[in-house]
Amino acid sequence: MAEALLRVEELTKRFGGLVAVNGVSLEVAAGEIHAVIGPNGAGKTTLINLLSGDLVPSAGRVTFEGWEITGLAPDRVARLGIGRSYQRVNIFPELSAFENCRLAAQARIRGVTRLWRDARAALALNEAARSALARVGLEAGDDRQARALSHGEQRQLEIAMTLAIEPKLLLLDEPLAGMGSEESARMVTLIAALAENHGVLLVEHDMDAVFSVAHRLTVMLNGRILESGTPDAIRASAVVQEAYLGSGVEA
Amino acid sequence: MPDDLVFFLIQVLNGVQYGLLLFLVASGLTLVFGIMGVINLAHGSFYMMGAYIAFSLTALTGNLWIAILLGVPLAALVGFALETLLFRHLYCRDHLFQVLLTYGLILVLEELRSLAVGDDVHGIAVPKLLDFSIPLTGALSYPVYRLAMSLVCLAVATGMALLIQRTRLGMTIRAGASNREMVEVLGIDIGRIYRLVFAGGVALAAFAGMIAAPAASVYPGMGNEILIISFVVVVIGGIGSIKGAFLGSLLIGLASTFGQVYAPESAGMAVYLVMAAVLLWRPTGLFGRIS
Amino acid sequence: MSRGAAQGAFVVLALAALTLFPLLADAYQLQLGAKIMIWAIFAMSLDLLVGVTGLTSLGHAAFFGIGAYALLVLSPEYAPANFWLALLVAVAAAALAALIIGLLVLRTSGVYFIMVTLAFSQMLFYAAVGSKALGGSDGASIYVRPSPDLWGWAPFNLANRVHFYYVVLGALALTYMLLHRLARSLFGHVLVGIRVNAHRMEALGYPVFRYKLAAFVLAGALAGMAGLLDAAQFGNVTPELLGWRQSAQALLMVILGGMGSLSGPMLGALVLTVLQELLGDLTRHWPLPLGLVIIVASLTLPRGLSGLWARGEAPPRG
Repeated sequence: MAEALLRVEELTKRFGGLVAVNGVSLEVAAGEIHAVIGPNGAGKTTLINLLSGDLVPSAGRVTFEGWEITGLAPDRVARLGIGRSYQRVNIFPELSAFENCRLAAQARIRGVTRLWRDARAALALNEAARSALARVGLEAGDDRQARALSHGEQRQLEIAMTLAIEPKLLLLDEPLAGMGSEESARMVTLIAALAENHGVLLVEHDMDAVFSVAHRLTVMLNGRILESGTPDAIRASAVVQEAYLGSGVEA
Repeated sequence: MPDDLVFFLIQVLNGVQYGLLLFLVASGLTLVFGIMGVINLAHGSFYMMGAYIAFSLTALTGNLWIAILLGVPLAALVGFALETLLFRHLYCRDHLFQVLLTYGLILVLEELRSLAVGDDVHGIAVPKLLDFSIPLTGALSYPVYRLAMSLVCLAVATGMALLIQRTRLGMTIRAGASNREMVEVLGIDIGRIYRLVFAGGVALAAFAGMIAAPAASVYPGMGNEILIISFVVVVIGGIGSIKGAFLGSLLIGLASTFGQVYAPESAGMAVYLVMAAVLLWRPTGLFGRIS
Repeated sequence: MSRGAAQGAFVVLALAALTLFPLLADAYQLQLGAKIMIWAIFAMSLDLLVGVTGLTSLGHAAFFGIGAYALLVLSPEYAPANFWLALLVAVAAAALAALIIGLLVLRTSGVYFIMVTLAFSQMLFYAAVGSKALGGSDGASIYVRPSPDLWGWAPFNLANRVHFYYVVLGALALTYMLLHRLARSLFGHVLVGIRVNAHRMEALGYPVFRYKLAAFVLAGALAGMAGLLDAAQFGNVTPELLGWRQSAQALLMVILGGMGSLSGPMLGALVLTVLQELLGDLTRHWPLPLGLVIIVASLTLPRGLSGLWARGEAPPRG
């Protein structure tokens, strides 16, 4: 089994009296898709926010590639190699789809002085942007204003931007939300392919998608981990079935 | 009581009085800002307008009380008119355009005043009823008019608090502040609410100018001065928070007064130092929420 | 002709017009022209913050005033200061002040940021008012204009109106080229990204605070240069140069002219100054028609004056 890329130990987040995430521990290995599922309010998005640096944990540890990253600011987390996509599309609406990706790709260039170059001459950046767009199924030179894209296309763009920073670990927060079946299928194929070069922590509600791509599953309920294991083990677990998968979902 | 202590207490009273006056002006500003999302640079001009209206009407009628009685509704009417003609076009606009338009409005209002009543500095006599002082020690006494001002401001503040917390109108205003669309969906005419709030803010600022006039004189620059200070108060208290505006006003009133008495060279800075300190500690003001 | 070529042609034409202006202008117009260009530099520096990075500062005059006071401090009573030294000191002092103030204020955002920037400039204002050494509330005068003396040779004489005009034109051209280059650079693109969605920029790995600070310092430095030139024009240095009205005037020029474009602030400086002069000649109550023009402009020009011909290009902001 591959060395853990991300290790989460007893991560906890309290908001006053409410404990949104309670002692969560899990691991994501490189080349692995680890899905986190659970009903609304289970703490999944809070968990992602804690890992991306958008929230500071109340307790617990997060290590990435052996380095401690607990409580680091989002930009530092991103620079270390963790890319995050958002549940609600978080793009640059005024800019074109291409410019969105190029801006994302540019984030990898470090050092303010090296930026004093004509943006258009930065061919490598353009290439990176084009390939990111192509990978998610958008047109490579997409010149359309981001806000003019359809919802599904915006979600694709959202992922493209996250890919453009070439992270080692991807935190995907409900990437399939609001997508039609054809777009979903395309996204699922993409996510499955991501496992080749990345570690992926996937938060999703679409059970079919989750069971088809995940290598490991963690089920959360009320901020805690209910159970964690392979898709088959989770499918078979009586505890999980009762608490969550329960009625109506084909397991 | 020793003279020094009495002197100190007098400054406290002065600081509180100035703070309470500031509150009348700042509360209108914070409500308009918090509920309608509009930055109104012309708010100080309403204060100035109130003072000059008081002066004109007192000269006409010989009586400050009548002047105030007539002046406040007049100011409210002006508020209604301005909201209908101009401010309703600003609700969905970017703050910078509100800054631009309201700055233009300051220029217009100042010149209209200049055309109507000129640029002279005026005084208004303190009404005879209140024109005496309470002796505190052999040498020091406190003018009753200032006490009356404080009491009136306090009464208005209490009235506002009751209105906002205890009445249906107040509840609607609070609801509109946190969720405009929802209020509209419930069938409440949010436009009417906005007009009321705006006119109320204008009336409050004008009223403050009217009662301040006998104590502080009536001069062209008074609007701009109080504008900046009011913004400081609003920001310290947190945008949209009446409670914050109240506390902020008292804080600034006291800081400014004590600054002028005990450190006159740096008095002007005192207010800004306080604001900078508060914001660096609480970036959204004392009771502000990150919207 | 492509849009880029058209813009380029326009710039060349404008530069030519500005260069030839002194041949046609009388002394008063020459001074007015220089004054407008100084305001244009100041406004462009503010637009770097407001229009490009999305940081609305109401305290930008702090850096302008520092530039002006730098010249005052360096000028001996009856002898000229060295222009180059004064320029260096003015820009460095303004940049340093921007660094310190920026470190403190850039933690806030939105309206709070506007107010904290105002607070700091007001503090400097009151510091100047309270400082006897700097002339207090009346300020002070510089009796002899700075001299650009370099080992015995002076390339120009600032007391000569035409020379002064060309020096300011040079500074304007430099500022324009700098900001133009910056807008097209990767750094400029980062600033735009910060304006559009600072949160996502952070999530992508950009150290947003550092970029904002860099923009703030650069803008402050340019404003300092403008302040120095302003002081060198007539020698009057008063605390008002640090005050909120000075900042507000620049902000008005930026908004009225059109944010985010280089031509916008220049246009705003031109229009606002010329309007004030023209209206001032017509009536004592010139703020009234000026105010009305501003009100009408704000209601009818969503993207300011420069939006009038930029239609169909960049999308509307916000």
